[in-house]
Amino acid sequence: MNKISTDILIIGGGAAGMSAALAASSNRDLGITLIDDNPRLGGQIWRAELGKTKSPEALKLITAIESGRIGIVNNAQVFAAQNENSLLAQTPTGSTEFEYQKLIIATGARERFLPFPGWTLPNVLGAGGLQALVKGGLNVENKLIVVAGTGPLLLAVAEYLKSKEANVVAIAEQTSAANLRRFAFGLWRSPSKLAQGIALRSKLIGVPYLTDSWVESVSSPHVSKGSTSAPLNITFTRNRKTWTIDADYLASGFHLVPNTELASLLGCRVENSFVAVDEFQRTSCENIYCAGEPTGIGGVEASLIEGKIAGFAAADNEAEARLHFAEREKTGKFAERLNRAFALRDELKHLADDDTIICRCEDVSYGSIRDFDSRREAKLQTRCGMGACQGRICGAATEFLFGWEADTARPPIFPVRMENL
Amino acid sequence: MSYDVAIIGAGIVGAACAAVLTREGMSVIVLDAGGVATGSTAAGMGHIVVMDDSEAQFALTQYSQKLWKKLAAEMPVSCEFEHCGTIWVAADDEEMDEVRRKHEFYKTHGIATEILDEKALREAEPNLAEGLAGGLRVAGDSVVYQLTATTYLMDKAVAKGAVLKTGTRIVSVNDGDVELENGAVIAAGNVINAAGAFASELSPELNIKKRKGHLVITERYPNFVSHQLIELGYLKSAHGKDADSVAFNVQPRSTGQVLLGSSRQFGAETSEIDNSIVSRMTARAFEYMPKLRDLAAVRIWTGFRPATPDNLPYIGKIPGFENVYAAAGHEGLGITTSLGTAELLTDEILGRKPAISPEAYLPGR
Repeated sequence: MNKISTDILIIGGGAAGMSAALAASSNRDLGITLIDDNPRLGGQIWRAELGKTKSPEALKLITAIESGRIGIVNNAQVFAAQNENSLLAQTPTGSTEFEYQKLIIATGARERFLPFPGWTLPNVLGAGGLQALVKGGLNVENKLIVVAGTGPLLLAVAEYLKSKEANVVAIAEQTSAANLRRFAFGLWRSPSKLAQGIALRSKLIGVPYLTDSWVESVSSPHVSKGSTSAPLNITFTRNRKTWTIDADYLASGFHLVPNTELASLLGCRVENSFVAVDEFQRTSCENIYCAGEPTGIGGVEASLIEGKIAGFAAADNEAEARLHFAEREKTGKFAERLNRAFALRDELKHLADDDTIICRCEDVSYGSIRDFDSRREAKLQTRCGMGACQGRICGAATEFLFGWEADTARPPIFPVRMENL
Repeated sequence: MSYDVAIIGAGIVGAACAAVLTREGMSVIVLDAGGVATGSTAAGMGHIVVMDDSEAQFALTQYSQKLWKKLAAEMPVSCEFEHCGTIWVAADDEEMDEVRRKHEFYKTHGIATEILDEKALREAEPNLAEGLAGGLRVAGDSVVYQLTATTYLMDKAVAKGAVLKTGTRIVSVNDGDVELENGAVIAAGNVINAAGAFASELSPELNIKKRKGHLVITERYPNFVSHQLIELGYLKSAHGKDADSVAFNVQPRSTGQVLLGSSRQFGAETSEIDNSIVSRMTARAFEYMPKLRDLAAVRIWTGFRPATPDNLPYIGKIPGFENVYAAAGHEGLGITTSLGTAELLTDEILGRKPAISPEAYLPGR
């Protein structure tokens, strides 16, 4: 097995991880290594499109990192801890051990999926998921697409799909108009680019933006008849009224869930689903820092600041780290408002019927788990969460539906070739 | 309120005892510090296997297997009872001698087995390595999803009036009652200690040690393996007195997943995963099944086998007590022998003649 030793190891090449790496590299006495599981830096937010990163902001960061003396390892997925101070990662050629003095966890977030009848049909995808497919080459020209769920990501995705000539027929946002107004009104205090204002932005892209509305169910009645009409029949609810729309795709995402598996595996304290950190982004474990979405969903700007603070702090430059505390205060407040504005409404807990699949990996239905008292019990008896995604999708859903807490993470935190174990 | 029987432990042994005792009309309460099937039962493989380590072990596993076959006819699909059979894999000619000995032994004890030569072994399991000498197929062995099977047994007991109290820790077992952590006392004519790897904490008379094991499960690869496969060296490593050992042992799950074992460690008291043991275990498995290298592992877990010095469980009255019984110490065979254990113990409590001789399993042996 290969072994790489470094002073500061950063896991995750998204906004927080890149920002941390750059800040840490200001200490020229330290070796810095950044590893990421994608072929290119940028994370989810700046995912490369057909091999090219489009965001100027991301390009600037990536160029700075690549021209510096930071060791970059792409396509490496950390799946276990090897020793006290080392991690194991799977790479295309095998596995590599990464030994570190200090570790910065910047593992980002994933989309939250909530189950409703039909959510597992073909062409029903995550909002970020569909965007990633299009970036990978899927052609959506003239396709009828509904974007639904909650959070600012819906608008970003709708805008992106429109730029690819898709026909975005509606954006269904579950939160209330009042919540959104409060959020938009508060934006003048925020440094975020979202300050353009959400409602305004949706007008700009010319797509109906429906608040207080959500997808009740989806069916695909036309498929079996060999019809040429759009395959999905989507039923919406708004103000107790329901109606249906035909579409080619449903892109559905319910805000984000932090990727805390690595932090949890290493024994870092996780509170209310997020990794607990102090003012220097230090976790409860010595020499382990955490930055970005795992410490609280705050978007790209919060991630950049937190990464910077973690990077400077890990590189023994606490004075420099302190200079960014005030800025983090601001992004933190924005994050709080964001999470309040897009909090999930209780009605969404009751969309699934007994036959609705909750765990896609193991085909476990809502009816077969709803009477259990805990996630572990349901898992042992029905295999809910035991499949290839290791409960990443259904775990977030059952936490919302039943209040079941996540298990502590165990290695391997990603499926790994037996040979690399 | 007094019960005829209080059972400590809601693992598969406790659940089986509850199902059989209630079938005989007794009033039963089952108490467990955790939940149903959350201890060693949850960690095991669910292999229903006849083993010939000793005559007594053979008798209990054979008896239990017959009971499983009967139960399988009524169990729901969710229990995933599969007649996959076992192949004991022989690496070389010396182990082929053992195959022939085993074949004779099983034959004289009424179990049909089939000797496989090198070619027949490869035909039966094409993913095995080339050059293995052969094996012994025991077609009557099977696999069950022990978690749902335990729940099924417990539900049967509850349907017959058994009371199940989970999340209840017991601090002492006595003639006539058990004492709970909160000081409450539950009166019971008979008490069964079925606390598995923790049985000795309540009954120091039982010499049960925790023997840690690791298992790895893969993503779905339907038909990658069709039988439970165990290397013949397994017995050496399973019952050797060395602290740590590993052996090749794979199981096809009805989901298409491959379950890979096995390891045995004494003195490891925490449940954390030991990378060096996992590496030794997978390295051993790759020697027998090289293609396992490419399969994706999704989970690793550990569990504790309740091990006794002579590798036989404690079934029967605990010396020094009138009405306190043991049903514990089943090592790696608890899923198989749970049903036989329940019948033997019920016969003892009711003063009936058991189907097989209970002597070898008595705690006072």
